[in-house]
Parts: sequence; C-alpha cells; structure tokens
Amino acid sequence: PVKLFSKGVVTGYRRGQRNQDSYISLIKIEGVTTKADVDIYLGKRVAYVYRGQKSSKNKITKRDTKLRVIWGKIRRAHGSSGAVRASFRTNLPPKAIGATVRVMLYPSRL
Amino acid sequence: KEIGGDKNGGSRIVPTQRESRYYPTEDVRRRLANRKKPGMAKLRSSITPGTVLILLAGAHRGKRVVFLRQLNSGLLLVTGPYKINGVPLRRIPQCYAIATSTHIDVSDVTIPEQCIINEAYFKGEPKKKKRSEDMFEETQDDKKPREQRIKDQKTVDDQILPKISGVSHLKKYLSSLFSLRKG
Repeated sequence: PVKLFSKGVVTGYRRGQRNQDSYISLIKIEGVTTKADVDIYLGKRVAYVYRGQKSSKNKITKRDTKLRVIWGKIRRAHGSSGAVRASFRTNLPPKAIGATVRVMLYPSRL
Repeated sequence: KEIGGDKNGGSRIVPTQRESRYYPTEDVRRRLANRKKPGMAKLRSSITPGTVLILLAGAHRGKRVVFLRQLNSGLLLVTGPYKINGVPLRRIPQCYAIATSTHIDVSDVTIPEQCIINEAYFKGEPKKKKRSEDMFEETQDDKKPREQRIKDQKTVDDQILPKISGVSHLKKYLSSLFSLRKG
C-alpha cells in the first residue's frame, strides 16, 4: 500500500467579501506554507474523494464501490502563504469545505 | 437500363446509386477533418535510458522501474524487470513517472524490434464478442500474456538483470515501493 498523494484541505471558494466564485476552490496543502513551495504542485491533479449511499461500479477497476471522486487540477497559488487555487471538473459541493482532498503527484515534472 | 414499353425510347441512363429520399432543409456543414496528431513528447532531461523511474499511477503505482527508451508515440518503454517487481515491458506516459537519480548502464541492451516499431504490440487482445450460441457457454477468459511477450520480456530482462545485481542494493531498491510519508 503506497500513499502517492499529499493531503490538502478545501478551505472554501474564491471570493470577495460578499460574493464567491464556486468554480474555483481554495486548497491548503499539508506542509506548504509559502508561495515558493507551491511551485511543485502547480498543474497537479487533485481528487476529492467522498462516499455515496449506493455503491456503483467503478468503470476502471470494475469493482463495486461506494467511493466517488471529483477530479480537478491545481491552477495557481493563492496568496503568499502556500494556499492554492484549484478548479474541478464539476464544482466542489459546499460540504467539501473543510474536507480532505488528495493532491496527486502527477502530471509529474520531475 | 433497359426500359420496356413502346415509345419510351428503349433505354435510359439511370443512376446506379439513388439519392436518398430525405435530405435536410439546410445544407449541413461538414466538419473539418482533424489532422492534428500528437508529436513525440519531448523527453525530460532527467530521464535518460537506464534511469530508474517511479510510477505514479496505474496498476503498478509506487514501483520503481528501469527506463529503456522512448517510443515513437512519445510514451516511455520501461521494464521492471519482471522478476524483481512484476512490471513487464510496458509503456507509460512521461507525466506519470518521476525520474530518480539512480542510473543503470543500458547502452548495450537490445530491445526486440517489435516493441519499438509496432505499438499495437502492447495493446491488449480485443475482446471477442460473444455470439448468441456461445452466450450460455462459460468461456474461460484467457488472462495469460501472449507467448511473444513472455519471450521478449525474457530477452530484455536477461540483459538487464546482471547489471542490477552488479550494483549493491539495487535489486532491493527496485523491488521496494515508493511512498510519501510524513514530512
């Protein structure tokens, strides 16, 4: 069993004080505290994994599972303290705020 | 086409293919053919033949494999070697691999031509569609790899394995998995 992702937390959507753009989520990646550290994460794919009530068949592994994913990608840094902006294929649901997100290591530039 | 009946002129020219009776009211625009084809992806400077790569996704994620060469489609050809970590001769996209600084000399390793030239070599066998008579028969899915693949795997691995055994700890390294840990 290998962990090939970094953990991140969804802190909310991009927003002004009174309006928010729910198509861009803000993510705080574990261990990343400055804008300079964000560089390695740019472009990386992000997965918001959650559970549903009914199990459905995963098309790739062909197994029945209750886990579901929303895939996204890290677009750019957000601010100077290491937060990051990500956009997902479908917008993250509000219940994802505060939830863990997986920041994968691919597409890799190393 | 010959036509019977008097006074009909005896024969007429008739189109062999008739136009369809239905056609849309406005002319439907034909989409332009997409002629773009992906070129060969530029190989990262950190990846050279013999580099040990870490696979990031797929069935073999976390495994460390030996990079052999880049194929014409841009994908990378790697091998476990199979004996060490169960990764066969396989293609992977560059963005799903991390290059490590570990290196083996594979300059004198010859790879069977088939693997390089013919990418269809790597594609799986297309599933045979069951015909209605066969529907009720239990067919055994043949999961074994093709003879040719086993043979080629052996050819390549036999050249690489002695080089790996030559470097201390490399065999253990290749059989271990990569994982992110705390910090």
